[in-house]
Amino acid sequence: MCLGIPGQIVAISDPDSALGIVDVSDVRREINLVCVVSDDHPIEACVGDWVLVHVGFAMSRIDEREAAATLKILEELGEVDPELDAMRMADHA
Amino acid sequence: MKYVDEFRNPNKAKALLREIEKLIARIEICRHRSLSLMEVCGGHTHTIFKFGVETMLPDAVELVHGPGCPVCVLPMGRVDDCVALAETPGVIFTTFGDAMRVPGSKKSLLQAKAGGADVRMVYSPLDALKLARLHPEKEIVFFGLGFETTMPSTALTILQAEREGIRNFSLFCNHITIIPTIKAILDSPDLQIDGFLGPGHVSMVIGTRPYRFIAEHYRRPLVIAGFEPLDVLQSVWMLLKQIAEGRCEIENQYNRVVPEDANREALAAVNLVYELREFFEWRGLGSIDHSGVRLRAAYARYDAERKFSVPALRIADPKSCQCGEVLKGVIKPWECKVFGSACTPETPLGALMVSSEGACAAYYQFGAIRRQKQGTNAA
Ligand code: SF4
Repeated sequence: MCLGIPGQIVAISDPDSALGIVDVSDVRREINLVCVVSDDHPIEACVGDWVLVHVGFAMSRIDEREAAATLKILEELGEVDPELDAMRMADHA
Repeated sequence: MKYVDEFRNPNKAKALLREIEKLIARIEICRHRSLSLMEVCGGHTHTIFKFGVETMLPDAVELVHGPGCPVCVLPMGRVDDCVALAETPGVIFTTFGDAMRVPGSKKSLLQAKAGGADVRMVYSPLDALKLARLHPEKEIVFFGLGFETTMPSTALTILQAEREGIRNFSLFCNHITIIPTIKAILDSPDLQIDGFLGPGHVSMVIGTRPYRFIAEHYRRPLVIAGFEPLDVLQSVWMLLKQIAEGRCEIENQYNRVVPEDANREALAAVNLVYELREFFEWRGLGSIDHSGVRLRAAYARYDAERKFSVPALRIADPKSCQCGEVLKGVIKPWECKVFGSACTPETPLGALMVSSEGACAAYYQFGAIRRQKQGTNAA
């Protein structure tokens, strides 16, 4: 119940109630976005965001830069697998 | 965004384990005893068993599974209250799936449903509110439980009900708060914890600051951890690094999701709707001051405890079950006398054997290797 799942906001369905459509591994569902909307990041800016979805609510925006930074630390800790690395670079291209 | 795969990469796990070994060689305590690291959150317990993280780690690191499974820590009387609400004429009782099979003193919600009560599994409290719109002639009760992770979702649902003027919706509030819980663990005399894996998703709501007292007053490190196997391993490595360097800090491994600051919107809703209870009764841990919340008087009409009469009886656990000791991390699930015999996922005696986040269920499902390892050690 506490796990939550990452999903990507693909559309805003009801801006007044802060509802949007989130794609979670190809399943689409209307999700409440109140907790990821702020003055700095209005609802229109949310499309394309990756969010952590939890029992029908987007609870946090997933920060791609931080994710990359964490992975970089992991990488520096051990040998880098060149093939997997190449794959990942391709994904981000 | 292929984060999931990247945080499961076995080569990186191996590299991390090598670094963990190096750190252990530097830690003085490890020459005398193993280090006890507690994962507070049931989500971590699940990851640890599912991916065999425990079996990967060297013996010098012991993971102690904390009380972070919200269904598991509810005393049996609370399950009985759910059943009583579900059996009230005109009520549709809605709940997350995890709670359906948790045994009460007489029956579980699933058994109540089989007996004719209208119990429905929902994914979100918003689905329960939808039922209230669809069935104005019925009373919809939602079983609200969980730490700060789920609190905003029920608070926001109540605010939505208020906005729409929906009156046939109420919450049976069993939310609990994380900080008093960790404090109770730290104050518990039969428990020696060297460091904590902090709950990732609670922290995305409360931020990283509320944990500071753990480092400052109790001199224990805490690393807020994500839920993939590499997240857990990296967090263990970060804890060991602190211990090796003689530091005690609150660190955040999961900063791709958890910001330093609390989620303002989420907390505003929580503070508007809920207030602290003087105390809340936990399974195994007893009564902990200010560890639960209830609805404020202004939202009384959405409070199932005020709207209906719930028995609210204190029911002792069956004698044979040792859920309390497992919840406190004093014994391992497989050390419970009835583990795997009288208590199995098919015939659970305690919630820990039912919930996907429960330590006993996780051990039962994925723990065979570990038990074999223990067996070999003992021989
Ligand atoms: S094995 Fe069953 S009775 Fe024993 S602690 Fe686990 S859930 Fe409780």
